[in-house]
Amino acid sequence: MAQTAAPVPRTATELRALRGPGVRRRAVRMARKSPMGAVGLLFILLLVAVGLFSPVLAPHAVNEFAGLPNQGPSVGFPFGTDKFGQDIFSRVIFGARISLEVSVLSVVGGTSMGLLIGSFSGYKGGRVDTLIQRVMDTMIAFPALILLLIIVRLLEPSLRNVIIVIGVVIIPGNARVIRSAALSERNNQYVEAAQALGASDLRILFRHIIPNMMPIAIVLSTTLLGTAILAEASLSFLGLGVPPPNPSWGSDISAARTAFPLNVWLAFFPGLAITLTVLGFNLLGDGLRDVLDPRLRGS
Amino acid sequence: MLNYTIRRVAMAGLILWFVSLVVFTLMRLMPGDPTLLQQGISATPERIAAERAAQGLDDPIPVQYVRWFGGILTLDLGRSALNQASVTSEFKRRFPISFELMAFTLTWTVLFGIPFGVISAVKRNRAPDYVVRLTAILALAIPGFWLATLLLILPQQWWGYAPPLDRARSVFEEPLTNLRQFGPPSLILSFAPMASVMRLTRSALLEVLRTDYIRTARAKGLSDRAVIMNHALKNSIIPVVTVIGLQVAGLLGGSVIIESIFNLNGLGAYIFQAILQKDFAVAQSLVLYTGATVVFLNLAVDLAYGYLDPRIRYA
Repeated sequence: MAQTAAPVPRTATELRALRGPGVRRRAVRMARKSPMGAVGLLFILLLVAVGLFSPVLAPHAVNEFAGLPNQGPSVGFPFGTDKFGQDIFSRVIFGARISLEVSVLSVVGGTSMGLLIGSFSGYKGGRVDTLIQRVMDTMIAFPALILLLIIVRLLEPSLRNVIIVIGVVIIPGNARVIRSAALSERNNQYVEAAQALGASDLRILFRHIIPNMMPIAIVLSTTLLGTAILAEASLSFLGLGVPPPNPSWGSDISAARTAFPLNVWLAFFPGLAITLTVLGFNLLGDGLRDVLDPRLRGS
Repeated sequence: MLNYTIRRVAMAGLILWFVSLVVFTLMRLMPGDPTLLQQGISATPERIAAERAAQGLDDPIPVQYVRWFGGILTLDLGRSALNQASVTSEFKRRFPISFELMAFTLTWTVLFGIPFGVISAVKRNRAPDYVVRLTAILALAIPGFWLATLLLILPQQWWGYAPPLDRARSVFEEPLTNLRQFGPPSLILSFAPMASVMRLTRSALLEVLRTDYIRTARAKGLSDRAVIMNHALKNSIIPVVTVIGLQVAGLLGGSVIIESIFNLNGLGAYIFQAILQKDFAVAQSLVLYTGATVVFLNLAVDLAYGYLDPRIRYA
């Protein structure tokens, strides 16, 4: 290791060297500890790249009538074409963007809300806690997909609303896990010390409890990203998700069901994309859990 | 224990009442006039007004709620706004279909999930373990509706085969047709819970295998088989069984899609149609039924745990 000899660090570089292994070294260590997690991360990085650069990567625009309808894979159309002659390959690439957008935004929103509600509920305890928990219990009593269907029917079909709906549905599960962790965090002596020093509840919550819940929230949200992708695809498959003209993996699979003549490719490739994406998030989530938070192992 | 039981049952009742309020309110918040949706745009205003009055939709909301909830308590689930059919009798007709699908699914889940979980734990960090773990994590990633779609399209394209999708046949009258109808959807539906059960069996068994009494059992010369079957598995199976119970909640949701794809006219497909068409009575009663199933299973799990572990009762 390039450790500096100087007793007191003077420059930023020297300071950094004192802080221990850099990001790259830590990543390598993590990959060694959890090779499957590294594979997952690779999948996800690839997906993010595809999502970011989809206009460059896709040979055709969305909803462009590019060739003959219902063709199998060929050189010009690697995944074939749908009944309008649209390039399935391009649709899958643009679909990555939509899937990623929906899942990231809904999970960030849902986990943040879950983090706030769970931390507050666990820290406060007493009646407030009981009330919040009963509300969460009520939400959990609905099978997730049915709750999704009901809420999505309340709103106009749009990309934004799909994001909101999925975000709302993941709140209670998150809040529950965070709450039980916050409950035990509250009993630490440093919290008592802070209270004795006259720190307000809000300060303790935001300075101490919530930051300590972050690793759990990160692990939870990685796995939830996969769940959110599946949820969006399921909704779109049922015709209640992201409305056209947005390309969506789920609605393409649904279109394949009713296509005449049958078009296997229109179902096969979008489904493969969903599977690989969810697999990537699950592998990454498992890896992160093992590395970051042993408390959640096996959950 | 009695005290604990009473408290838990009261809580479950309270949550169910909340659920009934929530689902009732949500249904009424949905945009669009249900009567217009059901009668079509060609219906005259007089006809819609008459229909609304007949369905009691003009009464104040609390009156509607009390009427519906009172009906539930006397097992009268109301009438479908679409075809005036009694929801109770429709429920009785469809319940066996969903029940059979669930029974098949849970059978596959246990039949494959537990043994492969055991194999994975026993052969820890060797080839069989990796295969089982990879399969499980893959099974959790594959969308069921995708597999279902491929399962319907591919055989049709290759061999012109289509499973009998017209109406669900009774297992007693046409067992073979019944199996062709329920086999594929139940297998697909079982993938996710099977994977969870595999993973959980593995981790629970590994946990137990580390304990002192297992070391003692080994030390006194018991065979590996006897140690695992008689000591380890029995002690690690409790969390697995409870998780299987909890998986039912996910299955109730999953059956909505799978029943619709395979044209099995069970409760899942019924709920989906009712939510789409704002058929209040049907949607409310059935969503409450799924909620009741989930709450009841949670209660059963809690009580079982409370019975087995006194520490939980007093927490």
